[in-house]
Amino acid sequence: MIAQKFEYTAPKSLDEALHLLASGAKPLAGGMSLIPMMKLRLAAPEHLVDLRTIKDLNYIREAGGQLHIGATASHYEIESSALLRQKCPLLTETAAAIGDVQVRNMGTIGGSVAHADPAADYPAALQALEAKFVLNGAKSERTVSAADFFVDAFTTTLEPGEILREVIVPIDDARTGTSYQKMVQPASGFAIVGVAVRVRQNARKVSFARIGVTGLSNHAYRATAAEKALEGKTPSANDIQNAAALVAQGVDANSDLHASADYRKHLAAVHAARAIKSAISRIT
Amino acid sequence: MATTTTKTETFVGKRIRRREDPRLITGTATYVEDIQMPGMHYAVILRSPHAAARIRSIDTKKAVSAPGVVCVFTGKDTKGVGAVPCGVAMPDLRVPQHTILATERVYFVGHPVAVVVARDRYLARDAADLIEVDYEVLPAVADPEKALAKGAPAVHPQWPDNVAFTYHQDGGNIDKAFAEADVVVKQRIVSQRLVPMAMETRGVVAEWRGADRQLNLYTSTQIPHLVRTIVAAMLGLEENRMRVIAPEVGGGFGSKLNVYAEEALMGYVSMKIQKPVKWIESRRENFTCTIHGRGHVDYYEVAAKRDGTILGIKLKLIQDVGAYHQLLTPLIPQLSVLMMPGLYNTQNIRGDIIGVFTNCVPTDAYRGAGRPEATHGIERMVDILAAELKMDPAEIRLKNFVTKDKFPYPTATGLMYDSGDYATPLKKALDLVGYVKLRQEQADLRKQGKYMGIGISTYGEICAIGPSPATPAGGWESATVKIEPSGKVTILTGACPHGQGEETTFAQIAADELGVGLDDILVIRGDTAVVQYGIGTFGSRATAVGGTALYYALQDLKAKIKKFGEMLLESDDVSLMIGQVIDNKSGKAKTFQEIAGAAYRALKLPPNTEPGLLATRFWEPPNFTFPFGAHIVVTDIDDETGQIKIRRYVAVDDCGNILNPLIVDGQVHGGVAQGLGQALWEQAVYDDNGQLVTGELTDYAVPRAQMMPWIESHHTCTPSPINPLGVKGVGEAGTIGCSPAVVNSVVDALSPLGVRHLDMPLTPEKIWKVVAKKN
Repeated sequence: MIAQKFEYTAPKSLDEALHLLASGAKPLAGGMSLIPMMKLRLAAPEHLVDLRTIKDLNYIREAGGQLHIGATASHYEIESSALLRQKCPLLTETAAAIGDVQVRNMGTIGGSVAHADPAADYPAALQALEAKFVLNGAKSERTVSAADFFVDAFTTTLEPGEILREVIVPIDDARTGTSYQKMVQPASGFAIVGVAVRVRQNARKVSFARIGVTGLSNHAYRATAAEKALEGKTPSANDIQNAAALVAQGVDANSDLHASADYRKHLAAVHAARAIKSAISRIT
Repeated sequence: MATTTTKTETFVGKRIRRREDPRLITGTATYVEDIQMPGMHYAVILRSPHAAARIRSIDTKKAVSAPGVVCVFTGKDTKGVGAVPCGVAMPDLRVPQHTILATERVYFVGHPVAVVVARDRYLARDAADLIEVDYEVLPAVADPEKALAKGAPAVHPQWPDNVAFTYHQDGGNIDKAFAEADVVVKQRIVSQRLVPMAMETRGVVAEWRGADRQLNLYTSTQIPHLVRTIVAAMLGLEENRMRVIAPEVGGGFGSKLNVYAEEALMGYVSMKIQKPVKWIESRRENFTCTIHGRGHVDYYEVAAKRDGTILGIKLKLIQDVGAYHQLLTPLIPQLSVLMMPGLYNTQNIRGDIIGVFTNCVPTDAYRGAGRPEATHGIERMVDILAAELKMDPAEIRLKNFVTKDKFPYPTATGLMYDSGDYATPLKKALDLVGYVKLRQEQADLRKQGKYMGIGISTYGEICAIGPSPATPAGGWESATVKIEPSGKVTILTGACPHGQGEETTFAQIAADELGVGLDDILVIRGDTAVVQYGIGTFGSRATAVGGTALYYALQDLKAKIKKFGEMLLESDDVSLMIGQVIDNKSGKAKTFQEIAGAAYRALKLPPNTEPGLLATRFWEPPNFTFPFGAHIVVTDIDDETGQIKIRRYVAVDDCGNILNPLIVDGQVHGGVAQGLGQALWEQAVYDDNGQLVTGELTDYAVPRAQMMPWIESHHTCTPSPINPLGVKGVGEAGTIGCSPAVVNSVVDALSPLGVRHLDMPLTPEKIWKVVAKKN
């Protein structure tokens, strides 16, 4: 398992990194996907720019009524953040469900989101949270919504030379409940399917529902039909089942060694129902 | 301090922490990869990407001239090296010529084609990409039943039927048994291909010292002496000019009970370049090039009377051999046939094996080697029979067990079970799990439409392998004990334990026999220049056979110590106790250390006694040992997802006398982990083109800590009469007992749906399909 020869730079500042990336280098964060691909020689970047040495990419903070998470915040840092646990528990719950301890210590939110593995956990939560991603190039900065960011398997709207610098998520009030439910692929720890739910109730009526689904198709998406089926209702067990049944509707489901398309669709509905129930039960 | 402690404390039977663990847990142990030598070169092996192909040509020019590359060898260069041997002799065994590098053809994905040697491993790896091999891709076959079908591609063109060997065994009168039966149950049972997955992959350092005419070979192996004998012969080197060292071995599980092409290849390379060379197997190579385990398709038939009495068992066993025979490949399914009757009293059996060539890596010994397959088969069949007769699965077992007054018990397959009391562990396990209550709970849950299962497996196994006539290379084991002039004790074991804990248990045995402390004892293994010839650690044999050799060597030494004691105390009535020789009349004593000093100083010697305190024994066991036990698994099925939750895992194992309960627990836990792996998660999947689809740890699910249930490990104790320690062996028990208990439990849970059998691994999707179909 020996990678091809490559150059490696560990810049101290974001500007320096963006300058190198503009000339064709590839960014390295936790290395949880890139390094194995390089060892198998499925990827052979000539130049790696390590983002972990840039101090001001690693933060989790509240500002302007929103939560800002730097690209190199590790899954463990997110999972154990007191601020996030209080103000965005969906993200800590999702981070805690990723892979195993070693992966959570090394992997970063920016790396995971930018890699856009169709079975990654974060994208489901970030879709449900309607997260925004700040993307920086050497001479540019733009903000893209999660809904627009994920294009296809391993494909995003990131342009060559751009990095995902920051993830922005909202702070919900106490009438909001969230839950992430996942079926684990036992070898990789990725999601066979994962469903993130965020619901708000007003006088027991669902005033707002957001459902993100990962693992089922080529990229994570929001199950808007299921959301609409919940909104305006004081959902009975039946209503929840019916809404959950809509999450996989019309989706061209993935099929592989670990789960057929039919089974994945079925699991998506099961986990959606479980996540909706759990999210509602968490509303204080 | 050089003083030898004398202790009244005894050690055998106590939970003593493993003395080998500190270096293992702190990462300071020395594995092959840790070995560095001046002038060391590195080898990278180019392997076939095709399962079957003719090699038209190999162009190494670019690779040879790449930076840092010293040389490239192909099959043409290594033609003078002997073939990788199969150690098993059978009348109709077809043995393909297994050269260390491919010559005209390749037979499986990962087949070694060329080796690049460079002064740096990165440069060697880069240069491997520059070798141009022109392959003519041929049709491949990866499934043993497809390989047997007419018109299947021939793995080896000289044998178009793909039959590697056949084996037949009859016991009693099987036709009569089936003619007299009230009921016959039949089932096809698959025991899938598995990747042994030692945490440390294989690796070799070869160091040719031309001036000394000496080849030192460091290799991660379970059998250093056998590797020396065989690899020396392959290289045409005198055996006494070769030294094999197995440094720390990071797991073997049978996968390192072998002689591999790379071991001879590295010897060849080092002799050619006159420099040390290192090769470390990558994980991908480990998946595709180190032997796999299991690979059975079994067709069972069991004949019984209406009251549940088993009359006879038939088995047609299709063994997926792979492309070659490795050291013991054809032997493994024969162990399954030998173990066919399990713990049951039937004298009528028929076993037929067809070994089948496929374009896959060879199968060979993997933890349990033939016995897990047999146990899985018979334990599934007994449950199927119980269901057919509407009997309780515990009751049908108790009815058919060989009873404890029948030992030694001759089986229909020609074995002689040494000792046994099969009902006791089953009854204990039933009590521990609360069987009666659980069945009531199950009935209640079924009314609510919930699926809960209780699975029983009562297993037996063949351990302490084994009497020499029953083994390909000798089944004895050796031990040397040296008491040094200072009184310190050195043990050299030929068994080459590699993680099983004998550095501790052997010290416990010696400490008790000699009355010294554990810290006075050092156990040395794994170096053919230091340790007398030995066989190795596999088949749950190291303690039962190697420990017995040690025991007898200690008796020899004790006799000699007494003689010196009698001389020094001027008495003819002395006893050896708590590290001293005591004159029984006067009560005077000489310490162990005083006696050792006198034996080496040799100012005076007892009559007919040589100086020094050293004894070597080679012990030939008169029989195998036959441990047994009962495992009960309680499962709850999530009928929405098909996921299986193990609620209880109760293991009651009888491995004879227990030297160290802590180590036995560890062996049971590890064994159960690998059994659960097969039952629930693991499978090596080849596609129709012979590509290994599950060739990475992201696709092949080995059990990890967080996937394990709590294991309630208990024991009964039926000592073996075969050896003076009364031990039987426990290295494989967990694996053997586990998989049928899990599958029986899940089938039991789903039996209201009419489910009678499910093949492993029991993936959630497989379960969901069963449940969904019925809903």
